[in-house]
Amino acid sequence: MPPARLTGSVGLEASGYSDEVVKWMREHGVRVFSRVRLRLSDGVELRGIVMPRPRVGDREVLVLKLDNGYNVGVHVSRVADVDVLGEYAATLEGKPGATAKVGEGLPRVHFLGTGGTIASRVDYVTGAVYPYFSAEEIYSMIPELEEIAVISAETLFSIFSEDMTPSHWSQLAQHVKKVFETEAPAGIVVAHGTDTMHYSAAALAFAARKLPGPVVFTGAQRSSDRPSSDAAVNVIGATLVAAQAPFAESVIAMHGSPDDRVVLAHRGVRARKMHSSRRDAFMSINSLPLARVDVVSRELKVLLGEYKPRSDEVEVHPRFSDKVALVKFYPGMPGDVLEFYGERGYRGLVLEGTGLGHVRSELIEVVRKLVKDGVVVVMTTQCLWGRVNMNVYRTGVELLEAGVVPAEDMLPETAFAKLSWILGQTEDVEEAKRLFRENLAYETSKRTEYITYPGAMWWEHAIRTPAQG
Amino acid sequence: MPGAELPRIKCGLEIHQMLDTAEKLFCSCPTKLTQEPGEIKIWRRLRLAKSEMGEVDPAALFEYEKGVSYLYECYNPTTCLVEMDEEPPHELNREALELAIKFALMVGAHVFDEIHVMRKIVIDGSNTTGFQRTVLVAVGGSIKVGDKIVPIQTICLEEDAARKISEDKSTRTITYRLDRFGAPLIEVATAPVISSPEEAREVALRIGLLLRSLGRVKRELGSIRQDLNISVEGGAKIEVKGVQYLDLIPKVVAYEALRQRSLLEIRDELARRGVTREALEFKPVDVTHVFAETKSRIAKQAISAGGVAMALRLPGFKGLLGREIQPGRRLGTELADRARYWAEVGGLFHSDELPGYGITEREVEEVRKVLGCGDLDAFILVFESREKAEEALRAAWERALEALQGVPEETRAANPDGTTRYMRPRPGSARMYPETDVRPIRITREWLEKLQRELPEPPEKTLERLVEKYSLPQDMAWKLFDTQQLYLFEELVEKTGAPPLLVASTLTNTLVSLRREGVPVENITEEHLSSVLAQVARGTMAKEAIPDVLKLLATNPAMTVEEALRSLGGSLSEEEVRRIVREIVAENSEYIRERGERAFGRIMGLVMEKVRGRADGKLVSEIVREELRKFTS
Repeated sequence: MPPARLTGSVGLEASGYSDEVVKWMREHGVRVFSRVRLRLSDGVELRGIVMPRPRVGDREVLVLKLDNGYNVGVHVSRVADVDVLGEYAATLEGKPGATAKVGEGLPRVHFLGTGGTIASRVDYVTGAVYPYFSAEEIYSMIPELEEIAVISAETLFSIFSEDMTPSHWSQLAQHVKKVFETEAPAGIVVAHGTDTMHYSAAALAFAARKLPGPVVFTGAQRSSDRPSSDAAVNVIGATLVAAQAPFAESVIAMHGSPDDRVVLAHRGVRARKMHSSRRDAFMSINSLPLARVDVVSRELKVLLGEYKPRSDEVEVHPRFSDKVALVKFYPGMPGDVLEFYGERGYRGLVLEGTGLGHVRSELIEVVRKLVKDGVVVVMTTQCLWGRVNMNVYRTGVELLEAGVVPAEDMLPETAFAKLSWILGQTEDVEEAKRLFRENLAYETSKRTEYITYPGAMWWEHAIRTPAQG
Repeated sequence: MPGAELPRIKCGLEIHQMLDTAEKLFCSCPTKLTQEPGEIKIWRRLRLAKSEMGEVDPAALFEYEKGVSYLYECYNPTTCLVEMDEEPPHELNREALELAIKFALMVGAHVFDEIHVMRKIVIDGSNTTGFQRTVLVAVGGSIKVGDKIVPIQTICLEEDAARKISEDKSTRTITYRLDRFGAPLIEVATAPVISSPEEAREVALRIGLLLRSLGRVKRELGSIRQDLNISVEGGAKIEVKGVQYLDLIPKVVAYEALRQRSLLEIRDELARRGVTREALEFKPVDVTHVFAETKSRIAKQAISAGGVAMALRLPGFKGLLGREIQPGRRLGTELADRARYWAEVGGLFHSDELPGYGITEREVEEVRKVLGCGDLDAFILVFESREKAEEALRAAWERALEALQGVPEETRAANPDGTTRYMRPRPGSARMYPETDVRPIRITREWLEKLQRELPEPPEKTLERLVEKYSLPQDMAWKLFDTQQLYLFEELVEKTGAPPLLVASTLTNTLVSLRREGVPVENITEEHLSSVLAQVARGTMAKEAIPDVLKLLATNPAMTVEEALRSLGGSLSEEEVRRIVREIVAENSEYIRERGERAFGRIMGLVMEKVRGRADGKLVSEIVREELRKFTS
């Protein structure tokens, strides 16, 4: 998520304070970022800078950044006297870093910003965080890149990743096409918020049929304003993939463990954010990662035998339908939840069913009607790991008869992106179903491999830990 | 070291007290340390934008620029994702916050209406995040020490750093253990108004007692760390870190005052000798050839390993490098400290200590000749690889330049004898910005009023109460107060049921005499004391055995009290004591017949020689009296 952006002047109305406090500030000539000396009713004297109020908490409490660096809150009713000593202009001291010394003959990598911050600076006087996104700024924050690639950078969107829509996927796909056609970089790095990164990466995998180089999504699980941010290591890993990988697929490059060493490149269509906070939140489900990058030795190792190689052509079909829904089944789910989508003109429905691909029997008739009305209904499993198989139980068989398309071992989010893309390409329901069953971007596989499920590997490792206590 | 000889001192204290809360400051892990190495290891690096590093600790920056990496050892029961910086912090621990607020109320400080968690940039790796989370809870307030009011400047609540376990120079990897990281600390800073070594101890004592009166604070060794800011007139503000013993404080203050005065005298002497910055050039000279045939082991070893002998002339420094500035420490030691720190060399020689260390008079003369040393000139000498040798001489030379100015501002660490050594340069002002993952907390009047009603009894009141309740002699009670053991005393009496006087004398006399004997009493835990005293109270151990048992426990910390008793021969039953008494009475029958019951003293002495530590003295004397009566009647 992009951090709050503060500019040099914050008006009193936007300061976050209550009308009372704003009135008091006006009366005393106090502005946001004024340097003041406060005398409190108990005689204590404080010196510091008046800060804008965080959006939470008591709006009557004045936030002061003291000369020792601490922020403190003083209820305005306790201020006996105030002197304004000056105004602080929130400007950053100096320009970031010296000019980059980029190595000659290096591959070119283009950075696209969508809102995830991969570099930022903190103004320690105000505590404001400023995102970085020019090539010079990225080099100054991550000097290792000078030895890896000649980078260029531009910002496409500045939005939270949870605000991404299929329409943004279309714009992103179009832009990727344009960049490869006009600038011919070795690869593209997309800085993206992590929450929905796997949706966007899957979407791009379907839209981009042929590319000269990979599109590598990356981001940070720890914000880039802290010294321990994972952003730099992820960006180095992503840039190495963009510059050197033999494949030209849409992938996610993020930490492979809590160590600052290994970055994994997951196929967008196989990746899922499996942890809300860890650096290694992303996992490939039902597949190994496509590649492993050692950021320290800068070695890239491809882990899967088959991939889309770099192509001489650029073929991108950027349209996505926004009339597709992803719906998770839950015990007791009533039929009208599904009927709603039919009534609202949805053309595709990805069901996240239980186990091998089930919903309660009461819903079967609703599904049958949706299919009859021309809605493409596909079935994935909320187990995530494993494959749907609708022949085993009667419910499954009946759902198949009702016209549900099983999504095999495809992730629900991937099925959602795939169906959204397919319905952006064709109006023909049968053609859409045919395309859905095809393996377009390695989003499914026929074999379900033992080694891709962490189950036993996890607990066998964990019980080596002595008992809690 | 009489105070009258000391220059005028200005000293302030910064006291860090670990809290004994159930949970850490920003997560629910226990505040318990583990001895086992971590079972999970995480390898990390930290980074900062170059433009932001201007004011961070230059030493940490130096490390950082060399590409240092950190290995964090974690242990599942005491470390969760928050300490690993794999999860945002949880809400601030209210128990810890209430303790900090209570302390603030006890000293009459101004508690803020809203507190904000800040991130203080720390790039030495001791915090996985690269910053320490810290909250300013209150400012102002004061404590009274004698007739003096000592103002309190700030009261903060902050998370403790990780424990450094080891450092691998070859891979530039520092290993930290995360068990302590995130435990809550209260930091109390006083104004720099302390003017004597004894007063510094007194202020630390009073603040320490107030903290202990809160109840939920840790008391084991290392749970309170005292940093001292010391300056003398004309000197510089020196921060001395990590003084763990109260009794070390006056020594550190006095020795630091002496050091600063000596450095000022050296400065004046250098000025008299006309030494200027310009004259003090950095021109290191390779003098390896002088040591071609040397007998010095250090020189031989370094040179045969491909190293060089490198020397630097310090004009006008003769006799000053060898001048003592603190007991056992010279200006030359300060130069060597710097060389060790910045260049990681083993040692640095200076001409005031040569010939010596196998370096001969002739070799010294030869070096002086090569360097062109005049009568008042000194030199420094190092045996190392060329690169390191130059780095070492440069670091030492920079310290020599500072000698022209007097006292350099720096952070020093306390040695066990109260002297101090160079630790790192003084960091610039802290880089702080808000911890946006934790919401500010409103502290309402009602909450403050509630806490005000729950304040603990002030330590002075506790002292009075205990004197009365347990009829403690004044001097013994004062000793308990003065060694901050008042609260431990009360707990031990209540928990073990041992006689209060015995508990008091164990804490004040026994432990002190054991320490004087050189017994490592810091290994004796509160649990040890409690179970020893409980054994005595139950009658399963003689009180005379206390010193021996404690001595054994101090030297074998893994031993239980039962094991210690067993290995000391256990305690004697009444029957066994009686048997011994009868034997001794029989052996001394002549003497007893002559003296009658007045023989008691001698017989008692003889018996005690045999049973000391294994039988209660009161019981022994009863039996001796009985047996004497029987024998003479």
